[in-house]
Amino acid sequence: MKLTVWTYEGPPHVGAMRVATAMKGLHFVLHAPQGDTYADLLFTMIERRNHRPPVSYTTFQARDLGADTATLFKTSCQDAVDRFQPEAIIVGASCTAELIQDDPAGLAETMGINIPVIPLELPSYSRKENFGADETFYQIVKALAKPQERTARVTCNILGPTALGFRARDDVEELTGLLSEMGVDVNVVAPLNATPSDIACLPAAHFNVLLSPETGEAAARWLEKNHEQPYTKIVPIGVGATRDFIAEVAAITGLPCKPDESRLRMPWWSRSVDSTYLTGKRVFIFGDGTHVAAHARIARDEMGFEVVGIGCYNREMARPIRALAKEYGVDALISDDYLEVEAAIEKLSPEMILGTQMERHIGKRLGIPCAVISAPVHVQDFPARYSPQVGFEGANVIFDTLIHPLVMGLEEHLLTMFRDDFEFHDDAGPSHHGGKAKAKVEVEEPPQPVDDNVIWLSDAEKELKKIPFFVRGKARRNTETFALEKGLHEISLDTLYEAKAHYAR
Amino acid sequence: MNVPLPPTNGGCRSAPILKERGQREVFCGLTGIIWLHRKMQDAFFLVVGSRTCAHLLQSAAGVMIFAEPRFGTAILEEQDLAGMKDAHEELDREVARLLARRPDIRQLFLVGSCPSEVIKIDLARAAERLSQVHAPHVRVLNYSGSGIETTFTEGEDACLASMVPVLKDTTARELLVVGALPDVVEDQMLGLLAEMGIGPVRLLPARRIDDTTAVGPNTVFALTQPFLGETHAALERRGARHLQAPFPFGDEGTTAWLRVIATEFGVSEETFEAVTAAPRARARKAIAQASEALRGKSVFFFPDSQLEIPLARFLTRECGMTAIEVGSPYVHDALHGPDLDLLPAGPQIAEGQDVDKQLDRARAARPDLTVCGLGLANPLEAEGLSTKWAIELVFTPVHFYEQAGDLAGLFSRPLRRKAVLQLEAAE
Repeated sequence: MKLTVWTYEGPPHVGAMRVATAMKGLHFVLHAPQGDTYADLLFTMIERRNHRPPVSYTTFQARDLGADTATLFKTSCQDAVDRFQPEAIIVGASCTAELIQDDPAGLAETMGINIPVIPLELPSYSRKENFGADETFYQIVKALAKPQERTARVTCNILGPTALGFRARDDVEELTGLLSEMGVDVNVVAPLNATPSDIACLPAAHFNVLLSPETGEAAARWLEKNHEQPYTKIVPIGVGATRDFIAEVAAITGLPCKPDESRLRMPWWSRSVDSTYLTGKRVFIFGDGTHVAAHARIARDEMGFEVVGIGCYNREMARPIRALAKEYGVDALISDDYLEVEAAIEKLSPEMILGTQMERHIGKRLGIPCAVISAPVHVQDFPARYSPQVGFEGANVIFDTLIHPLVMGLEEHLLTMFRDDFEFHDDAGPSHHGGKAKAKVEVEEPPQPVDDNVIWLSDAEKELKKIPFFVRGKARRNTETFALEKGLHEISLDTLYEAKAHYAR
Repeated sequence: MNVPLPPTNGGCRSAPILKERGQREVFCGLTGIIWLHRKMQDAFFLVVGSRTCAHLLQSAAGVMIFAEPRFGTAILEEQDLAGMKDAHEELDREVARLLARRPDIRQLFLVGSCPSEVIKIDLARAAERLSQVHAPHVRVLNYSGSGIETTFTEGEDACLASMVPVLKDTTARELLVVGALPDVVEDQMLGLLAEMGIGPVRLLPARRIDDTTAVGPNTVFALTQPFLGETHAALERRGARHLQAPFPFGDEGTTAWLRVIATEFGVSEETFEAVTAAPRARARKAIAQASEALRGKSVFFFPDSQLEIPLARFLTRECGMTAIEVGSPYVHDALHGPDLDLLPAGPQIAEGQDVDKQLDRARAARPDLTVCGLGLANPLEAEGLSTKWAIELVFTPVHFYEQAGDLAGLFSRPLRRKAVLQLEAAE
């Protein structure tokens, strides 16, 4: 038993729903009690989908238990097949149905349904949403993909994008364009917008592009093993990763891949002098493993930030994220407990967070700007405009996303120069965000004793408050560390400036 | 005067009810925690359930309430199910940890879920044991919000019903008003009753545990929400008497509801008029304005909160709409009877749901406004039907006079929006 307030991932059957809802001509019969239908609103509200997810819930109630929930399942299954006439159905159980052990797979098999019936094992008490999506897609591919000849032209499949994916819609479009410039046609995109007959055609492609490892890796591995289709290991998020991805595709296909870079503005935007203020900004990165890995590279190599911590909530990606953390010289935080993530952020006091909607709220509480880079998603993560993360346009979009929450260059200087201005001060927040500026309130706080009995004397404490909020945490920590190293028990104004000189760069 | 007249063509109380069983597009009772934890400021709701339960609460809250919410889920894991760990010991440990972190918590609700009901974790026993451990500072109660037993608002009903047995005894002749209302609405209601000289008025749920709600044979109680069937039964078991009335939505419903109480407490006609005249006039004016877009339009209710019958009564009698179908998860004659009496005959009254069949009926009828859950609203809009999210009716102050105009406004906004949007080319 584990107490949870907020979760990064839903249960595995929600992952299965993400695959079913992404596809066309497929129906999901889910053995589940009433109430589990809440999951429909994730798709119709958060993603603004204009269709109900293709899911039939058996909706059993207490009085059905011990009576005949199995018949209820069979009736729902038959009704779904008759009413929606899908090309194939997937069948599974939610957490409660798993406990009553009706065996939806076995029941569906005995019904003589004349379309493919794909049973799912979705262990609700040990696994989560991403596993559910990955496993469901893998089972569908395994059941439906047919051996066949390769296409005459060089083609690939794009694997992994699902419903409720982080910018999946636009990533598919951007990636398709990029591949086309390289002379590679897309055979099938799956699961997003694929039909069961499209899935059957997957083996016609020469290779696979794995866009979302979280939800497509099991299928990609199976296709590699059983249909000799290599798959790409690099997710093209960021300038460097996109160029590496192009080289990877060139190596797989033997094509001279030289896509047009004229739309790529990002490297210049980062090099231009206005971006100087980004240098060395301390960032904490948290989300799903794929986006975190991509953003660690973007943050350090393309934005010039200092990465002070990275982590992911999906345990499946623990190993690569730990390895990456080692390379960056930081500790990896592998956790789906948001209180633990909050504690880590509070301790590191970064100047910026690249995270999920959860970290956005943590940032709001701690007064740290946050850019959202990963699922779990919110209605805001489905913008009306074209807003991919992958490829060259994705790199442009990410540059904008990462600087938007920050106080901009000259504004930052002005805040530093005129620290005591009553209107234009830290608590007012970045001026391009709107909202009513708060008037400055002077509060006299006694110096706070910190760990190991280092005491802030009052002028040092007062001076510390004049330092803009976005660097104050760092200044406080540096000064305290400096004092401890020098064996000082009190921090005076001089200690503060000695520490500043010590850490100058 | 002022007694609502039944419709000339007869009401719906004896109309045949279409009872359906099939896929239900409704929330489970856990959802009630979203508003109950804001209402009871010293209470914590601990769901004993699965990741699905936690995910539901997070998703149903729509926006996540990150000011550390007073609810959480103790998620069952494989070891709990395999009996490798004693679920009760695990629960005791989690509760101790929680209460240590939140010393402000005075009442803890252990909330049963589908998985905890199926594997039969005895939460009543756990609540009793934990009450002894943490008394007198914390009172521990339990109820089930599981989807196999409760539909959406029935979660609040189960919660309030669990509180009835522990209410103190009293022989005082007191009015008890039952149902969680937004504080501002509750204060308006208390103001009206006080002006009529009725008091003290007790509330269930009270905002804090120390409040003096008690019950006994001289208690009379009024319900403010139409989904409190279990609580109604529990209060009657304690000897209290129910004042049956239409629910206080709109001018007519509010007046009828207040009148039943006023009559019970011997308030004179003059006093009643003096107290209600001004707010009634305001309510009428506000409804007249807000319902302009509703007059002559048709409405179709999918089942959601059990508010459907009283709201259909309000929309047909006070806003000039015609009801085509009024679906409710359950129809209780003792609770919904007075509203059914007033609802003009005509609409199909439906209980339960088979969502695909009901969607077929809605598509065939093409109502001007469809009241439905969040899972159905956008798909129906995409088919050209205007919709009103039913959940907003539970999350918005809509009771009594001062909110009557807002209530009409909730229904008219989708229609007004449709009228103002000009998204096609000019010619």
